Amino acid sequence: MALLQIENVTRRYGALAAVEDVSFSVEAGEFFTLLGPSGCGKTTLLRMIAGFEAPDAGRILLDGIDLAGTPAERRPVHTVFQSYALFPHMTVAENIAFRLKMAGKEPQTVKVGVKEALAEVHLEDKADCFPHELSGGQKQRVALARGLVNRPRLLLLDEPLGALDAKLRQEMQIELIKLQKNVGVTFVFVTHAQQEALALSHRIAVMREGHIEQMAEPAKLYSFPHNRFVADFIGHINLFEVIVKEATTGHLRLTASGLGEIIAPPPDGVKAGESGWFAIRPEQVCIGQRHDVELKNRFTGTVCDYLYIGDVTTYKVELENGTLIEALMANSEPGRARFFEVGDEVTVAWRHDAGHFLDE
Amino acid sequence: MRNKWLWVASVFVYAFLYLPLVIVIAYSFNDSRLNAEWVGFTLHWYQVLLNDEQMLRAALNSLLIACTASGIATVLGTMAGIAIHRYKLKLLPVLVITPVAMPEILLGVSLLLFFIQVLNLTLGMLSVLIAHITFCIGFVAIIVRARLAGMDESIFEAARDLGATPWQTFRLVTLPLILPGVIAGALMAFTLSIDDFVITFFTAGVGVATLPLQIYSMIKIAVTPEVNAVSTLLMMLTLGMIVIASRISPEAIKGNA
Ligand SMILES: Nc1ncnc2c1ncn2[C@@H]1O[C@H](COP(=O)(O)OP(=O)(O)OP(=O)(O)O)[C@@H](O)[C@H]1O
Ligand SMILES: [Mg+2]
Repeated sequence: MALLQIENVTRRYGALAAVEDVSFSVEAGEFFTLLGPSGCGKTTLLRMIAGFEAPDAGRILLDGIDLAGTPAERRPVHTVFQSYALFPHMTVAENIAFRLKMAGKEPQTVKVGVKEALAEVHLEDKADCFPHELSGGQKQRVALARGLVNRPRLLLLDEPLGALDAKLRQEMQIELIKLQKNVGVTFVFVTHAQQEALALSHRIAVMREGHIEQMAEPAKLYSFPHNRFVADFIGHINLFEVIVKEATTGHLRLTASGLGEIIAPPPDGVKAGESGWFAIRPEQVCIGQRHDVELKNRFTGTVCDYLYIGDVTTYKVELENGTLIEALMANSEPGRARFFEVGDEVTVAWRHDAGHFLDE
Repeated sequence: MRNKWLWVASVFVYAFLYLPLVIVIAYSFNDSRLNAEWVGFTLHWYQVLLNDEQMLRAALNSLLIACTASGIATVLGTMAGIAIHRYKLKLLPVLVITPVAMPEILLGVSLLLFFIQVLNLTLGMLSVLIAHITFCIGFVAIIVRARLAGMDESIFEAARDLGATPWQTFRLVTLPLILPGVIAGALMAFTLSIDDFVITFFTAGVGVATLPLQIYSMIKIAVTPEVNAVSTLLMMLTLGMIVIASRISPEAIKGNA
């Protein structure tokens, strides 16, 4: 049985449904992420699991038991708040000890527990500091230690890395993965940063306007988004309006107006005559001079823009029918920022099993 | 040039504010029966004060009322401040804060009518006490709310999240965090109560005298240096309280006093 089960949960604020008919389950030991744009209901969902809000409809079960009647303070679920929410009048050690004291632990047990928790987040030397004496990253660690010290069944994290700068954020991501593995506590993590979600999670649920659009492992989600919203929200993607010309078990033959034929891998249940979009990631599009490409899907165009970002350069290519396509190329030669200039005639091409058809 | 005028202006303002107080204090040490010319230094008037039984009784009354009223007003005002902050009600702040803004004389008259006509209460210590609590609650509530306003709401949720009952959350997290505001509010309430004249005048009846009432009845006859002496002491007490309050919770005093 899954550790956490969310069954058809709905929460309304007036006429607005912040969360609507959401269902999913989280297995013990999982790192589960809720990903979505601002205002899509992630925090609302977390607050219902924590017990700060009650669902208008649906059930939330932990270990198979309905949490409906259990107040927040009696749920074996802790939260790491985006603002950290450390108690400003308590030292780091006292902050961490709070949970153990509330659980009625002996002073000796509390002391040992705090010490272990501090070691887990590498803050042994900060035990007697007050929160205002810590850096953002250190506060973050205290909040984590405080949430984990009594080993909850579930740790909820609401954009815990949102306030950190990019470098620290990456460091904390790596630590978070390690920590979760070491302590074995199930994480439900909220973020609107898709890269963070891909880097950290075992599974991701993409939310939009109170609904879950798709739920899958990171690589699956990235490679096979169910619809345009997910495709666009996770990473960059090229989209072409197409009509299905032929659908066989082996491949899909699509026509893009003014461009010609595209061969794509076949999803289930697509029939000839349907219209939709063909989606392909920039890194799957090869770009080259006319001769060096040997791929089935091949089009010519003109480079109209490029963006150098260090490791790679993104080229914007205008195809013959006027459609723009983005292609990514690694900068393999030292000191060279681009391989093509604006105005160059190039060929863009991709494998017949790359990209896929979306009907919505 | 501009700075100079600013400087002159502020000297005038401060002189205007504090010179009368300085004169009152100075003449309390004057070895003369009249507040007219400086004769010499003496502590005589303080001695007179200590032997003036009426004055001592009034002082005792004032202290008793101020302590009780500020104590009760602090508890109620703190609860009101938290409630205003937590429940974001529209009407509650207005109800609590109105007595603060209302002209004292109105409050005095209406309390008087209320005590006599509605409660059928004999005017005395109890009526004064209730009146003082009434106008002190608002001050405490404003200061406590100001203290809460800047605080991260999720701190209180975090406490519950970590297993604290609502009462434990209040005792271990909320109260320690608002304590400076509560103490500042209590000190404010104390000074307001011990200084109050208008409302006390209306609600005290004939039997009870507080210090301000006693001073007033004395100057009706003549302003003796004894009045200066008692005023000086009262001033020192008030000043001390305000200094302590501003140390404990500077933002509360600045924002509201
Ligand atoms: N207490 C509330 N009262 C009214 N509306 C609310 C309340 N809390 C949230 N909402 C609304 O519910 C929707 C979902 O809010 P929620 O905070 O869950 O979004 P989120 O996904 O966490 O967004 P973000 O990434 O910005 O934190 C929003 O439209 C928000 O305005
Ligand atoms: Mg949120």
